[in-house]
Amino acid sequence: MVQPLFYLKESASQTAGPYVHIGCTPNFVGIHGVFERDLGAGKLYGEAARGQRITIRGAVIDGGGNPLKDALVEIWQADADGLYNSPSETRGSADPHFAGWGRSPGDMDTGEFLFETIKPGRVPFKDGRMMAPHITFWIVARGINIGLHTRMYFPEEAQANAGDPVLARIEHKPRVATLIARQDGEASYRFDIRLQGEDETVFFDI
Amino acid sequence: MKNILPETTPFFPRDREWHPPAFTPGYKTSVLRSPQRALISLEGTKSEITGPVFGHNIIGEFDNDLIVNYAKPGEMAIGERILVYGRVLDERGVGVPGALVEFWQANAGGRYRHKKETYLAPLDPNFGGFGRTITDENGGYFFKTIKPGPYPWPNGVNDWRPAHIHFSVFGHGFAQRLITQMYFEGDPMIWICPIVKTIPDENAIKGLIAALDMQNTIPHDMRAYKFDIILRGRRSTFFENRKEGN
Repeated sequence: MVQPLFYLKESASQTAGPYVHIGCTPNFVGIHGVFERDLGAGKLYGEAARGQRITIRGAVIDGGGNPLKDALVEIWQADADGLYNSPSETRGSADPHFAGWGRSPGDMDTGEFLFETIKPGRVPFKDGRMMAPHITFWIVARGINIGLHTRMYFPEEAQANAGDPVLARIEHKPRVATLIARQDGEASYRFDIRLQGEDETVFFDI
Repeated sequence: MKNILPETTPFFPRDREWHPPAFTPGYKTSVLRSPQRALISLEGTKSEITGPVFGHNIIGEFDNDLIVNYAKPGEMAIGERILVYGRVLDERGVGVPGALVEFWQANAGGRYRHKKETYLAPLDPNFGGFGRTITDENGGYFFKTIKPGPYPWPNGVNDWRPAHIHFSVFGHGFAQRLITQMYFEGDPMIWICPIVKTIPDENAIKGLIAALDMQNTIPHDMRAYKFDIILRGRRSTFFENRKEGN
C-alpha cells in the first residue's frame, strides 16, 4: 500500500446548449429586468484606459462553412502594458480602467461577434521570453461538448509572431496563419474561427 | 479573506478521457462543430493562469432566487420548489472563494424563455429561468428555484433531455473556465440522453448528478439538492522557475 493522493476529478464538461444566452446574456435575448446589464457586454475599456482602441469582428464557422448563430465567445487579454487584471498577476497592477475580459453572443442573423477593446501589450512566457501580443478566446455553443480555447494574434506584429514561443509549438507551420487576424480597417480586425475542415483554427489544450 | 491568496502556478492537465470528446455523433450537432485536428497542448502561461474575478457588486438582491427574480410583485413561479446548494472546489479539494457561478434552466414544464424555443409547453409568466451568485470564503453557494421539467429536442426521433440546470463557472484562472449541466438523483432520463452519453466515463456522469438532501430540506417549504462543482486544481509552488519576468 501507498499513501492515497485524494485528488478529486474535475466536473465533466457539457455543452452550453442553444439557450446559453438565457443565463449569460439575458438582455441580449430580450429578457429584461433581472440583470441590469449583461456581464462582459460593451467596451472592455473605460475612457481613461491606456492603449490603442481596436475592434475585433468575426464569426465561428462550422464544418459546412456556415456561421454559428448560437455561439458565445469570451476573450481574456492583458492591458496595454502586458499586465492582466487578475489577482494572480504578480508583476504589477493592471490598468484599473481596463477589464481584460469580455463576452459576445453572435448576431442572431449573421453570427458575427464584436469586441471593442485595446491592443494588448506583450506578456512573458514561462522562461521569460516575450510572447507576441495576443488575445485568448474561449468558444462555447450547442454541439460543442467542451469549450474551445484559441488565441488571436496581430498581422502587423510579424516579427514578434515569428519569435512567439506558443506559435512555435505548432508543428504544421501553415496552420499558424489560422491564429492571425486580418486587418480590415484602421484599428479594426477580422478573426474568423473555423471549427472543422480546411483551414481549421488551431485549438489549444491549455 | 483567508484562502484567497492568489496562486500563480499552472493548472493540472485536463483529463480529456474524462470529459466528453468533441466528436460524438449520437449528439448530432457535434458532427459539424467538432475540430478534427489534434489540440495543441500548452502548459499554462500567464495568459491562462490568470483570469477575471468579479466583485459582489454585480450581484443583485434576488439574483439567486429564481422563484421570485422574474415574478410580478407578490407572485411566484409555479413548480417544485427546491434549494440547490454546494461548493465550488478544485481537484485538491480546496474551496474556490469568489467564483462567479451562473445558471439557467427551463421552467417546470420544460419550456425555456428564449425566442428560438418552440416547444408547446407554456411559459410561466413569473419565471425567467436564470440567476447568478458568487461563492463565499469556503467556496459555498446556493440558489432557490423550481425543478425544471424534461423537454423534447430535435436530435433523434424521440429524444428528451433529463431535467437539468446549466452551470457556467469562473474559477481564478481562465484555464478553469467550465460550462456543465446538473442532473437530478433518480431521473431515469439521464441514462438515455445523447448529451449525457457524450461523457464516456460512467463515474464522470455520476459526478454531475445532484443528490437529494433531506437534511437541508426546509420542512413545508422546499427540498434541497446538493451539487458540488469541481474545477481544475493547480500545482504546488515547489519547483517553479523564477526567472525574470515570470
